[in-house]
Amino acid sequence: MGERLAILTIEDLTVKIAGKKVLNGLNLEVPEGETHVLLGPNGSGKTSLIMSILGFPSCRILSGRIQFNGTDITAMPTNERARLGIGVAFQNPPPIKGVRLGDVFRHLAKGEADEIKLTRTTNIPMEFLERDLNVGFSGGELKRAEIFQLLAQRPSFAIFDEPDSGVDVENLKIIGKAISEFLKRRSGLLITHLGHILRYVRADVAHVMFYGVIACSGEPSKIFNLIMKRGYKWCEKCPKVKRIRRKR
Amino acid sequence: MPKGKKDSQKAIRKPAAFGPDLDIRGFSREAAPWPSCPVSSLPEDIAQRALSAGVRTDEVDRAGTYFQIDRSAVFKGMKKTFGGKAEILSTKDALKKYRWARNYWWKLVDANMDKYTALANLRWDQGYFIRVLKDQKIELPLQACMFISRENFNQNVHNLIIAEPGSEAQIITGCAVHPNIQSGLHVGISEFYVKKDAKLTFTMIHNWAQNFHVRPRSAALLEDGATFVSNYVCMKSVKSLQMYPVAYCKGANSRVSFNTILHGAKNSYLDVGSKVVLQGKGSRGEVIARAIATENAQIKARGLLVGENEDSRAHLECRGLLLSDQASIHAIPELVGKVEGTELSHEAAVGKIAEEQIQYLMARGFSESEAESLIIRGFMNVGTFGLPDALKEEIKKMVDASIAGAL
Repeated sequence: MGERLAILTIEDLTVKIAGKKVLNGLNLEVPEGETHVLLGPNGSGKTSLIMSILGFPSCRILSGRIQFNGTDITAMPTNERARLGIGVAFQNPPPIKGVRLGDVFRHLAKGEADEIKLTRTTNIPMEFLERDLNVGFSGGELKRAEIFQLLAQRPSFAIFDEPDSGVDVENLKIIGKAISEFLKRRSGLLITHLGHILRYVRADVAHVMFYGVIACSGEPSKIFNLIMKRGYKWCEKCPKVKRIRRKR
Repeated sequence: MPKGKKDSQKAIRKPAAFGPDLDIRGFSREAAPWPSCPVSSLPEDIAQRALSAGVRTDEVDRAGTYFQIDRSAVFKGMKKTFGGKAEILSTKDALKKYRWARNYWWKLVDANMDKYTALANLRWDQGYFIRVLKDQKIELPLQACMFISRENFNQNVHNLIIAEPGSEAQIITGCAVHPNIQSGLHVGISEFYVKKDAKLTFTMIHNWAQNFHVRPRSAALLEDGATFVSNYVCMKSVKSLQMYPVAYCKGANSRVSFNTILHGAKNSYLDVGSKVVLQGKGSRGEVIARAIATENAQIKARGLLVGENEDSRAHLECRGLLLSDQASIHAIPELVGKVEGTELSHEAAVGKIAEEQIQYLMARGFSESEAESLIIRGFMNVGTFGLPDALKEEIKKMVDASIAGAL
C-alpha cells in the first residue's frame, strides 16, 4: 500500500464545528487508485471529515493539514479544491429553486461530457435537466442526480456520502454499477451504513471512526462483517477505542 | 366646482392606509407642454429610458403605443396593421368622445380613498384609454409610457383599460424619468374592465429615480370567464413606492394572477401587495411575489385573498431574499374567508441565502460569488410568470443586470 503515491493525505487533523471538536488529530492516507470505506457510529465524525476535506467554512481547523496530490489544501476554498479534482456526491443535497440540474451539469461538463450517455448510465430522464436542482426529487432521484453530476465533473478523487441510504433495489443496482465503473480508474472515499453498495463497489481498505479519529483499518469485508455481526457496542469495548475516548 | 370634486378637496389631506405620508405641496406642477410627434422621433435620451422600462419607440414587436411626457400625450395610436382591433386615446379625449366612458370612470377606485386619489381627481394629467374591441385578438403587445422630464414634478395620470368580450391582448406600461431627474411624485390611477371571456395580460415596469415617490392605485373587474394577468417589475431604486392593486373576480370562472418582482436597493421603501376578491362561482386567484432587498432597502410585501363564494380558490406565495444586514423584508399575507367552501392558502418565506446552498455549489466548482449569483438569479426566475414573449428576454436582462449590480 505504501508503494503507491498518496492522492489524499490527512495528518493530525483537529477540527471544530460550531464550537464542538469533531475531529481529534485524525490521520488518513488514500493511495492513488484506491477506494476506501469509512465506517463508524452516528456522530463519530464521518460527515465532519468529508466537510473538512471539502473545506466548508464552518470547519475551523485547529491543527494538522490536508494534502491533495502533493498540494497543501488545508486553507483552500471549496471551489478550488473541486477544480483540483475533489468531487462529492452528497447524502442530503439541498433543493435550490430556479437553478436547473442542466445548468450545473453544463458548468461541470465544460462541453466534454456525453450528456445522453451519462443520463442513461444514471437513469436520469432528459427532462430532468430542465428541473430545479433537487426540488421535488425522490430519494433515489436525489442520489442518481448527485452521481450524474459527479460523472460530468470527472474528479480524480470522489467522495460518496451514503449513496445507498434510502434507495430501493433497482436504484441501488444503477447507482452501484455507475460508482463501480467510475472508480475503476480513480480514487475514492465511500461512506456506508449498511454496506449495500459494497455488493457492487470493490473497496481496498475500510476505516472505522470513533470520537473523531480513525480507530482501526483493515480489509473491508472482514471489518464490515464483524461490525454487522457484533455492532459498534462491541467496538466500544476494544482497548484502543477506550483509549481514544479517554484522550479526547 | 364639478360634482365629486368637493369631497376630493377634503380627501386631499387624508394620508394613505400604508406607506410614508408625503407632503404633496412639496412637488411642482409646472411643466411646459410637449408637442405631439411620431413616437419614433422622440429624443434619444428619452427613447433609451423608455426602452429600459420595456417601451420601444421604434415600435418593433408592438401593436400600438401611447406616450405621455409630463402632462402631454405626445403620441397615441395603433399601428396600421392592427387598426380596428383596439383603440388607444388619451383619457381626456376618450371621455369627450364617449359619453359611456363615464360609467367606467372612478368606479373601481374610490376618488376619495386618500390624498393621492384625490390629487388625481383634482389635478388630472391625462393617462391612456385602451379599449380592445370585441372578439379581437392582438398577438403583439400594446405599449404605454409615462415619462417625466422635469425635476420634482408631480404627475397624476388616470388610465382606463377595457377588454371587450372575447378579446385578447397584452399591455406593457413602462414608467421612466429623464436621466437628469432625481425627484418627483407619480400618482397613477388604473381601472381595468376585463369582460366576458376576455383575456388581458398587463405588465408594468417601473424605472424611477432614487428620490422618487410613487403611488399607483389600480383595480380590476373581471366578468364571467375573464382572465387577468398582472405583472409588476421594479428593479430600480425609488424613495418610496406604495401600491396595493385589487382584482374583483366577480364573474363565474374568472381568473386573476398577480406576479410581482421587486428589487429594493439603496434607501428604497417599497410597500407592495396584491388583493384578490373572489366573488364569482369557480373564480380563481394566484398571487406570486419575489423580492430581494440590498443595502438599506425596506420592503413590505403584502397580499390579501378574500373568498366570498363557496366555489372559489386562491393561493398566495411570497418569497423574500435578504442580501444585506441593513435591509429588511416584511411579508404580510392575509386570508379572509367569508363563506364555507372557499379555499385560501398562502406560503411566505423570508431569509438570507442558505449557506448550505452556497457550499453545495462551491463543491461543484462555482466560486462563492458565482454561487450567490446563480442562487439569486434562480430565486428571481420569472420564467413561470405569464409574461408576453416580447418581454421575457428583456425582463430577464433587467433582473440579471440588477442582480449583477447588487453583488
